[in-house]
Amino acid sequence: MRIEEHPILTFKRGREVEFTFNGKKMKGFEGEPIAAALHANGVRVLSYSKKLKRPRGFYCAIGNCSSCLMTVNGEPNVRVCTEKLREGMVIETQEGRGELN
Amino acid sequence: MKHAQIAVIGGGPAGLMAALAAAEMGAGVTLIDRNSRLGGQLVKQTHKFFGSEKQYASVRGVDIAEILSEKIKENPKIEVMLNSTVVAYYPDDGVLGIEVEEKKWVKMKAERIVVATGASEKFLLFENNDLPGIYGAGAVQTLMNEHGVLPGKNVLMVGAGNIGLIVSYQLMQAGVNVKAIIDAAPTIGGYWVHASKVARLGVPILTSYTVKAAYPNKMTGALERAVIWKLDENWKPVPGTEKVFNVDVMCIAVGLSPLAEILWQAGCRMKYVPELGGHVPVRNENMETTVPGIYVAGDVAGVEEASSAMMEGRLAGLSAAQSLGYDDGSCEEKKAEVKRELENLRSGPVGEKIRKGLSKLAS
Repeated sequence: MRIEEHPILTFKRGREVEFTFNGKKMKGFEGEPIAAALHANGVRVLSYSKKLKRPRGFYCAIGNCSSCLMTVNGEPNVRVCTEKLREGMVIETQEGRGELN
Repeated sequence: MKHAQIAVIGGGPAGLMAALAAAEMGAGVTLIDRNSRLGGQLVKQTHKFFGSEKQYASVRGVDIAEILSEKIKENPKIEVMLNSTVVAYYPDDGVLGIEVEEKKWVKMKAERIVVATGASEKFLLFENNDLPGIYGAGAVQTLMNEHGVLPGKNVLMVGAGNIGLIVSYQLMQAGVNVKAIIDAAPTIGGYWVHASKVARLGVPILTSYTVKAAYPNKMTGALERAVIWKLDENWKPVPGTEKVFNVDVMCIAVGLSPLAEILWQAGCRMKYVPELGGHVPVRNENMETTVPGIYVAGDVAGVEEASSAMMEGRLAGLSAAQSLGYDDGSCEEKKAEVKRELENLRSGPVGEKIRKGLSKLAS
């Protein structure tokens, strides 16, 4: 859900771009945090915890807490609350701590 | 190896003012920030500030960020490093390790350092507190005010301090339903002007209540329901007083704690002061820590608010420049003026907690 009208703010959004989340095509705005684009598409579960496989979303949204780690373009442990969305990004839910290739 | 006269770490209200003040005295400044734009958490503050004209009173935080960033960009004495995270301080030789653009490693030796790294949101203990949909109040503010995305439809706000009250109001401005604001304390912690704004819009503020548990939607795994219960005068929960809220978002606004990792690495003496948010650096009246040449300002020095952060930043910037010999004779007077401003901001009943914390820190 995006805010279209706001009493105080206007949002300068980048151009609309396509990306995939777990293979599914989605749209977002270039330069916004990946987590914001996912949230606008209704995705709130970003990863599963290492031991108990519990679903995790973001918590701080400013790069402090590491609750939002996902696999982006094959690279695990990307903080998607601050990483900017780019055209064609391949974004995947991360299970546990992720594997480095 | 990069060299800097004064390195300012963090481009929020404290760091911006520190950089400007040091440059005003004639020192060269390198301002380092991990984000792609300056302003720190000012960029999501849509409300108008209090204080005096020195702290841009009655200007919205987001506009203050803009004003200060412009001044920084125009100042030839200030170099700005964006997308740059200071991740290390080597105490042996006083070198900073900086990750630039996530791939490059830059080492920097600075003659003076002002640490203005801010704070991070605290968490709260209850069953299922890790569910997606349970967010820091500041996180929701970022999502909503900076990126224009709504956090959900129905919100339970946990914490009736200023952040909880302000974010509740901003949620409603954006069209989100705030079901209730709860606080474990028996009284509302935030300013009355903020509390009455949300109360007028019909949001109940329940004091002496805390979260008992959160429950997920079976399909999505994200938050669907929250249960709260009342606390007695000894802060013990009272069974049978439960209330249920069908909410897809819970905002945690139970305070902040200083982001002081660099200070720990540097070996600055730290002291635990709950009134200031946790472990805070011991420092002198010029904001210099126990490690000579390392200054602090803003929330990392003790969680307060943006207006006093700006003044602390100015004080630290002036002091750091002065210690390098940059003083046209006006420095003492300027510092005295800043100290008076800080005293004003911390006066009266609203400053009581901070005054208590600072006196504990000094003792």
